[in-house]
Amino acid sequence: MKISNLFKKRKEALSTEQKIQRRTFVSFAVFTVLYGTGYAAWRWLYHAPEEAEGTTAGAKAPLRKVLNANEELFKKGFDENRLAKTYPKSMAAKKVRQNGDVGLESDFDATEWSLNVTRKENDVLKISLKEIMQLPKTEIIYDFKCIEGWDQISHWGGVRFSDFMAHYNLNQQASMKYVGLQTPDEEYYVGIDMASAMHPQTLLCYEMNERPLLPEHGYPLRLIIPVKYGIKNLKRIGSVFFSNERPPDYWAEQGYDYYSGL
Amino acid sequence: MKSIVKKHTLATRWFHWVNFPMLLIMIWSGMLIYWANDVYTVTVFGHTFVRFFPQWFYKFFNIPFRLAEGMAFHFLFMWFFTFNGVLYVIYTIASGEWRHLAPNKHSFKEAWFVLLHDLHIRKTKPVQQGKYNAAQRIAYTSIIVMGFGSALTGLAIYKPVQFNWLCALLGGYTMARIEHFALTIGYVLFFIIHIVQVILAGWNNFRAVISGFEVVDEPISSIIQPANENQQSI
Repeated sequence: MKISNLFKKRKEALSTEQKIQRRTFVSFAVFTVLYGTGYAAWRWLYHAPEEAEGTTAGAKAPLRKVLNANEELFKKGFDENRLAKTYPKSMAAKKVRQNGDVGLESDFDATEWSLNVTRKENDVLKISLKEIMQLPKTEIIYDFKCIEGWDQISHWGGVRFSDFMAHYNLNQQASMKYVGLQTPDEEYYVGIDMASAMHPQTLLCYEMNERPLLPEHGYPLRLIIPVKYGIKNLKRIGSVFFSNERPPDYWAEQGYDYYSGL
Repeated sequence: MKSIVKKHTLATRWFHWVNFPMLLIMIWSGMLIYWANDVYTVTVFGHTFVRFFPQWFYKFFNIPFRLAEGMAFHFLFMWFFTFNGVLYVIYTIASGEWRHLAPNKHSFKEAWFVLLHDLHIRKTKPVQQGKYNAAQRIAYTSIIVMGFGSALTGLAIYKPVQFNWLCALLGGYTMARIEHFALTIGYVLFFIIHIVQVILAGWNNFRAVISGFEVVDEPISSIIQPANENQQSI
């Protein structure tokens, strides 16, 4: 092998080598800058301040915006004709899972109870359990879903919320955006968008497994709303009101999605 | 003689490196959610082999009592994860890259040989069909199918009433949640094998996923050209 050949070869190899080095360096530099930017964005989001306390609270401000945007998107597609799947009676749980008793811990006299429906300011309609039970009864056996991730097929009976609204001529109220519900002690409260409240499977429920509700399941009256997670299925309803603003919501104040729709 | 050969397109690299952190965040926020009802185990004949997850695991990753936060993150990053995945599939089909990725009728047999070779059971190096070997084709195609599976099972448990048909198709809410979880475990297993393989394959292979090119010792042109002195040095 001639010396000149060797030299030439080395020079060629060197230039390819240089090219490799240059292109490796540039691509890794670009990669590092992009990933660095991405990481900075992540750090920003992860340490973003919590939203200002209001109807909703406890979530990072940017994430709350996204939850609300998701709500708007899925509200648009909401179809009240889409029903939660129903099951035969034989599949309903005999022992119905109970989770949380916020709003059920205060002294409570069921004989004194009435459902207080605020039609408008200073106009409260008081309705007894007996009156509610005289309305047409609807039963549903569906898969109850807790936001924690468990689900259970359970059997409920009561009056459709939409039937209730029609019976008491609450048509004007039904044209408002939200329904608010509270326990008698006002410790637990939920806000529900009207479309979900008027969904044909939403019940003001007084029966579980064809028997009166157990105290821990919300006797005398609770909400059963299959288009929402369990957190919205308020037990022991004390009062109901209507609003165009979001009513206060217990879990939405603790970082959970206000809509919580299924 | 060394030469530079193009291996991965810019789009492929982009999708890959966007997907990685998105998937990581989805798995992490998914664990924050899963913790609130952590009932899954691998149990055979009454013996529990794996429990998802032990306390030390939760503690190590700071998982407990972060359900609301997990959901908030999950329902943001689901958009990026899905969007990136859909764009990747459209790109792969439109560009013809799928030809390098889709398994063919020989792939399953050859993938077996790849496996035996990688485990040092079989000495013969399996033939490579283009950019990826048979095992890679199966793995990289499966992971896309899994991605679709995650998006669909995710949608089914996110909106089980609005997408009740999808939820029913996947075997119901309870099953869809299990499937969603199992797919995630699948990603973790994929990730472990993927990392091991990347380390074993070496620097040249890894660099290609960032730079796009690979350095090969024999340029393709040399096969056509008559051999000369320079190439004898290889």
